[in-house]
This record gives sequence, structure tokens and C-alpha cells, in this order.
Amino acid sequence: MIEAKNLNLYYGAFHALKDINLKVAEKSVTALIGPSGCGKSTFLRTFNRMNDLIPGVKIEGDIIVDDENIYQKGIDVDRLRKRVGMVFQKPNPFAKSIFENVAYGMRVNGISNEKVIKEAVEQSLKQSALWDEVKDSLKKSAYALSGGQQQRLCIARALAVEPTILLMDEPASALDPISTAKIEELIHELKKKYTILIVTHNMQQAARVSDFTAFFYMGSLIEYDLTKTIFTNPAKQQTQNYVTGRFG
Amino acid sequence: MNHSIIKKITQAIAFNIFRIMSVILVAILFSILAFIVYRGASYITWDFITKMPEEGMTKGGIFPAIVGTLSLVAGSMIVAFPLGVCSGIYINEYAPENGFKRFIKLMTNNLAGVPSIVFGLFGMSLFVNTLKFGDSIIAGSLTLGLLALPVIIRVTEEALKSIDKTYREASYALGATKLQTIVKVVLPMSMPNILTGLILSIGRVSGETAPILFTVAAYFLPKLPTSIFDQVMALPYHLYVLSTSGTNMEESRGMAYGTALVLIIIVLILNLIANIIRHFLMKKIKHK
Amino acid sequence: MKKIFERIVEGFLFLSSTVTTITVLLIILFLFREGTGLFGKSPTEEGFTVAVNKNNPVSELNAEQVKNIFDANIENWKQVGGKNDSILVFRMDDIFKFYTEEELAGVDTNMTLLASKIDEVIQKNPNIIAFISSKNLPANPSSKIITIAKINLSDFFRGEEWFPTSQPVAEFGIYPLIMGTLWVSFLAILIALPFGLAMAIYMAEIAAPGVRNILKPLIELLSGIPSVVYGFFGLIVIVPLLQKTFDLPVGETGLAGSIVLAIMALPTIITVAEDSIRNTPVSVKEASLALGASHWQTIWRIMIPYASSGITAAVILGIGRAIGETMAVLMVTGNAAVIPHTILQPMRTIPATIAAELGESAKGGMHYQALFALGCILFIITLVVNLTVEMISKKRKQNR
Repeated sequence: MIEAKNLNLYYGAFHALKDINLKVAEKSVTALIGPSGCGKSTFLRTFNRMNDLIPGVKIEGDIIVDDENIYQKGIDVDRLRKRVGMVFQKPNPFAKSIFENVAYGMRVNGISNEKVIKEAVEQSLKQSALWDEVKDSLKKSAYALSGGQQQRLCIARALAVEPTILLMDEPASALDPISTAKIEELIHELKKKYTILIVTHNMQQAARVSDFTAFFYMGSLIEYDLTKTIFTNPAKQQTQNYVTGRFG
Repeated sequence: MNHSIIKKITQAIAFNIFRIMSVILVAILFSILAFIVYRGASYITWDFITKMPEEGMTKGGIFPAIVGTLSLVAGSMIVAFPLGVCSGIYINEYAPENGFKRFIKLMTNNLAGVPSIVFGLFGMSLFVNTLKFGDSIIAGSLTLGLLALPVIIRVTEEALKSIDKTYREASYALGATKLQTIVKVVLPMSMPNILTGLILSIGRVSGETAPILFTVAAYFLPKLPTSIFDQVMALPYHLYVLSTSGTNMEESRGMAYGTALVLIIIVLILNLIANIIRHFLMKKIKHK
Repeated sequence: MKKIFERIVEGFLFLSSTVTTITVLLIILFLFREGTGLFGKSPTEEGFTVAVNKNNPVSELNAEQVKNIFDANIENWKQVGGKNDSILVFRMDDIFKFYTEEELAGVDTNMTLLASKIDEVIQKNPNIIAFISSKNLPANPSSKIITIAKINLSDFFRGEEWFPTSQPVAEFGIYPLIMGTLWVSFLAILIALPFGLAMAIYMAEIAAPGVRNILKPLIELLSGIPSVVYGFFGLIVIVPLLQKTFDLPVGETGLAGSIVLAIMALPTIITVAEDSIRNTPVSVKEASLALGASHWQTIWRIMIPYASSGITAAVILGIGRAIGETMAVLMVTGNAAVIPHTILQPMRTIPATIAAELGESAKGGMHYQALFALGCILFIITLVVNLTVEMISKKRKQNR
């Protein structure tokens, strides 16, 4: 169960997110769309408190993850981030071997049994549909992989710590069409097990992969509904204009 | 649960170790400055700065050393500044991306890493002995100039590199030639950074001792230099002499503290000026 | 017209850019021309020779043997491959032991007379070894000139004695100087490294931006302070402190040099290391945090490995600076040219030797050349250091 309640976010004096209320359906894909600068990425990053790293950020309101307000005092941010996995815009593997990239999350979370780690690495790489391509070269540097492979490695890395929620920040924007198709296919598979939030600037992609879509504009949530509804019969004129490509 | 507590504790321990080590380090470094300022402050008087040394350099002032250092700074900058800036311009704006450019950059880096005493040896061998300048301002200035050269080249290069390509393209698009673009667009924009580098290299040149030991520095001179072929006293060498081989080291200690403080003040002022330039001129350019 | 002018300016700029290259080449030329002049020379001072009686079977000696004979450490010819006979050492002044003033009357003006007298002495004493001016050898001497082994590269590096002005033979063994330099420099880096890295990590990741904005200019300021000032501080504060703490006869020791050098190397190490830590891409740092790694785990497991080549470059650069630093070391290490056994004894480094002795050496003489040879060594070391750093940073660029 994930929910944003009366969420406001400020970068210094700039009001970046305005009173957002949104309930995310479990084990489904929710797409966050909107023109650049609308706050969709910022919103995504509130779910694993990634915005904490930026100086001058102030947050009001609640984000509920598994019946717990993650912005209340005494929350263990490291443990929260273990439950909420994240995939970034550009593939960002560590300067380590393929194996160690996937194993990293477990190691920093206190798992030291090599057998357990090995099994989990294999499992995660299979889940991200990368296993067959890398099973003979697990010791090689992650930089030796292609961009699309790197991004799937990053997904495997996120899956290895067994999150329940997966945040994806334009995960295919830096990839070629074939790699993009692979990632989209993967998202379809993953939603059976995970609740997925995906930011995308690509309307077709949102239509293809998501079950629900939230349209953001200038820091406000304009409309949130089934993807089908948003793309075929939106309630608001603004949404209509955006999804049909009249602006943005 | 257990592991996340361990994680927190490890982080707290690690961060506090770094904090403590940094505090200790800053305290040590700061106390060095404070010590010299504290001990030297009472010796800095108008007389100290404007008078000749007296009574075996245990009394009087350090005027000739100040004059000497100023003339060496001026001399070396006359050599290094134009050469360095021109060289930086060539490397960044003209040199084609090939082995030759890499070679020049490599040589510049190498020159930057050569120890100052080797510059001293070289300066003595070339300027003092071979070119027969003798121990003189010109020999010292040339030696110091060569020492400062790579620093100025590098600063110029960096400053030019940081100017966005679009400014150059905009200028070309208006029909300006390459030289006009560099002189009227690129150089003015990079000037604050170049000047900052110049000022910092003045700081370095004014404090160098090893290169002037055998090219210009005099232990004691009763009068000021009258030509560029004269020897001079210099502040850093003066401090060295006072603290290691003065005629009466105990009595000249005060003079040494004063000289050390003057050197620190020079560096401090130059750093301040550099920071001011960096701040204000940069702002001015951005607002334009 | 415009075009020609532009061409001229470009040519002028091109010439300026070659100045550093020319300088490097000139440094190599001048340093090595003087420095290599030392090798292949006889270690006796020019114009002087060492002679023995014609019947003495010994005709060759090396520099160390000659020195030991004249220092009376070797007292029998047997020890250097001759007959079993005690050695009689003869220097110019000793002439008065063999002749009265009257007998020597007139030698001041008549060189041949002095030469014949010396020849007479050598002839009379089969066990003699004489250090005399070549001018005082008669045309057809009854004495035999000893061939002294020439100075070679291996003796230069491995020789354990540095007596560049001693008579009758100078000794140019730089092994103690090399060891002194290495001891002082490496200990300096050992001291500076933990503090420098701690400070770099603190400034790059832990400190609040406000604190960092204060520390950064302070570090910059410290890197600009002249080395004599640090040397002066070392002399006034660190040297007496060490003397008291360790109850030493003198406080000017290798350790004093290391501490001063460590303080001087810190700004370089901090700046370079901090830069390379901060150069870790934000997205990589975020990826680690997003996996539930703590900030410290992220620094330790991701950022430091990422910055490791930059940190290595910082260390090598620091060592290079430390090896070449002259004035501060000269002022606090005590400058004894002996092979160090403990860091708490006076030591002498290569640059300090040059700075201390060049002023007293005769231009073009062996001592002068030996100091230039030391300069060549320093130059080669810095060249190696620079090329290594260059290689590391190149590799780093390739890895991205």
C-alpha cells in the first residue's frame, strides 16, 4: 500500500510539488507523465527519500509505505530504501564486476553467506532477463556490457535486495529502441511481483506499460486514472491536450 | 534490525573519526599561522618595513629584502605572464589535436613538477655562468619566471577551456576572425580566472628560496639595487639566513619572526585579492 | 592583409608555446652536461697526484683505499696488496720533517729545487706514499705515480661516503643522501596520508557546505605559504619539541624533516583527493544509497574505490613534492651525510645537499659537477613521478 497525502515539497522558495494526493495500486504499473519540470521525477524520489540529499529541500505532508509514514521521525531511511528499489535514467553500474554489482545491495545490508548471495544474484539476473547473456562472464567489469545490458543489470541490482516497490526514473530514455523494448517487456513481467512506479516522457511507453497513469503539470497532480481512460477519455482538457501532443 | 543498528554505529564511528582527525589537523595548521602571527606581530612596525638592517641584522628593518622581492616578482612576471598566456592561448585555441599538442602539454606538466632547487641549478648554469649575467636580478627573475611559467600556462588553458563553445561560434557567425574572437570574446571572459592564476603565482614566486640561492640572493647588502645586473636581498632568503646562519641568531630571532609574518601577510593578501577577483569579476561577466 | 596579420600572431603564439619544451630540453642539456662531467675523472683534485717509491709493487689504488691510508686506517702495504711494510704518509707540509729550513732555502722561488727534494724523500723511503702537486714532480722522477680508480656510476650510487672536498681524494658516494631523502619523504607521506585522506573525505562528503567553504580557502592559503616559513616554524617549534620529547642530543632529525614535509604536503593531498572523491558521479552515489547502503558504506565501498586512481595520483604527487623540497628540509634535518639507522638522527637529503654546498663549490670542479649530478637524479625522479601520474589519469579517463 503506497499513498501520498497532502504532499508539498519546496526547493528553497520554489514550490515544486503542490498538495499531491495519490494512492498507488499494488502489483501494478503506475506511470507518471507530464512536461519536463512538472515535478514527476521529484515526486518519484519522495518515495525513497532520495530528495533528502539535495540541500534546501523541505517536505510537508505524508508518504505512506506499508502503513508507515516514511517522513515521520525515527524512520530508518536505509531500511526504507532497501524496501523501495530504484532504477535511474542512465545506466549507472558501479565500477565492479557484474556479480559484485548485483551482490552489493545484499552485502551492505548485512548478508554475508556467499551461497545465499550467489543464489540471489542468479535469481535476480534471471528476473531481469540478463542471466543467459552474462552467466559466463560474471567476473567481468560491468562497464564491458552494452547500455541496454547495463540498465538490466541495474534492475537486477535493485531486485536483489528484495524490494516490494520499484521506482523507475525514465529507465529507457538513454537506450536504443531494441533495448527499450526489452526493458518494457521486463516491466510487464515484474509487475506480477512488484508495485512499479515509472516516470516517462514518452507517451507511447506510458500507454504500453502502465495500468494507471498520473498526469502532472507545474507541480500539481492534474489527473489520475486508469491508463486506458487517461489516453482515450480524460476528464480534464489539459490532460487531453498533453496526451494528444498539443503541448509539452 | 540488528544489522541496521551496526550500520548506524559503524557510520557514526567512522564519521566521528574523520571529524576528529580533521579538527586536529585544522587546529595544527591554524596554530602554525597563529604562532607566527602572535610572535611576529609586535615586530611589524613602519620602521621594520622601511629601514635597512642594522647591527648585524639584529635590529633595523627589512626594506632591502622587500625591494628585492618586489623586483624579482616584477621581473619574473614580465617574463612569465605574456609567455604563459600566449602559450595557453595557443595550446587551447590553435594547437591541432595531435601528438604535438600532447607533447607540449606533457612538457609543461613536467616543467611544473621540477623541484625548485633544480631550477636554481639550471638558472645558475645558464643565466649566471653561461650567459654571464652573474648573480643578478635578471638571472633570478628569469629563473623564477621559468618556474612560474607552467602554472600560468595551465591556469590560462583551464580558463579558456571553461568558456562555452557557443560563444566562439556566435562570434564566428557574425563574421569575426579567429583572432578577433579570441581577443574580443574569449579573453575578456576568461580574464578573471587568468588574473587569479597570475596572482597566486606571484605568491609562489615571492616565497621561493631555492631558485634564487645561487642566481641573485645576497646575504646582506648595505644599499639598494640600481640596475638589473645587481644582486638583491630577498624576503625568503633573508628569513633563511636569519634563522640558520645569522651572526647572532638569538638576537635576530625577532627579525626572523617579523620577516616570516611579512611573508605570510603577502600570501594572505594575494589570496584575498584572488578570491575577490574570482567573486566580483565573475559576477560582472555573468550579469552581462 | 588581415590574414597575414592573423598568421603572424598565430606563429608568435606557437613560438611561445614551445618555450616550456625548450626549457625542459635546456634543463636536461645543462644539468647533464655538468653532471656527467664527474664520471671518468680521477677523484684527486686537479693538479695533484699520489706517488710512491718506484720499487713499490703497488701501482693502482681505489679512492677508498687512498682515503683510508691517509686517514691512517690502513697502515701496512700488505692490506692493499703490497709488501709487508708499514706505510709512511707524506703530505707537502711534511717536507719540513725531512729537511731543515736552511736546506730548503730558495724552494719558494725555485720549483725544480723543491721537486728534487721531494723526489729525494720518495727515493729514500720505500714505504712512502706522497700526496703532492703535479708541478712538484721532476721531469724524470724516481717515484711512481699511483693510478687511482676513476669515478664511476656504481661507486656514485653505492658509495657510502660523501666527502666531496676531502684530500687527497674526494669521495662522492650518494647512498646516504638517497637513503636520507627516501626516509624523510616516505615517512612524511605516511604521516600526511591518513590525515589528508580523512580531511578530504570529511570535506567532500561529511562537512556541511558552510564548513567546507571555510576550509577550502584555508587549505589554499596554506599551500601558498613559502617553504622557508614552514622550515622556520619547524626550527623554532618542532625541533626543540622533538629534542625534549625523545631526549636527543640534537633535535634536528629526519623526523623533524618528515613532520614539516607532511604539513607541507597536506594541502596537495587534500585538494587532489577531495576533487577525485567529489568527481564520483552523483548517479552512482545515489544508486548505492537507493539500495539501502548507509552514507558511510557508500563512501567506503563506492566512492573511495571510484576515486582510488585520483587518490593514488595525489600520493605519488605528494611523494614527488616531498623528494624535491629543499629549504624546509635543509633547515630542520641536521644534514649529516650518514646512512640512517633511526629516524631520530640527523639526515641529509639530495636537494638539501645541493642547496647547502653549491655556494662553496668551485665552478666547474668535481664537487660542482657532483652537485649537478644530484640535480640530474632529482630531475629524473620528478620526470618518473610526472609520467606515472599522467599514466594514471589517462587510465582513469579510459575507464569512464
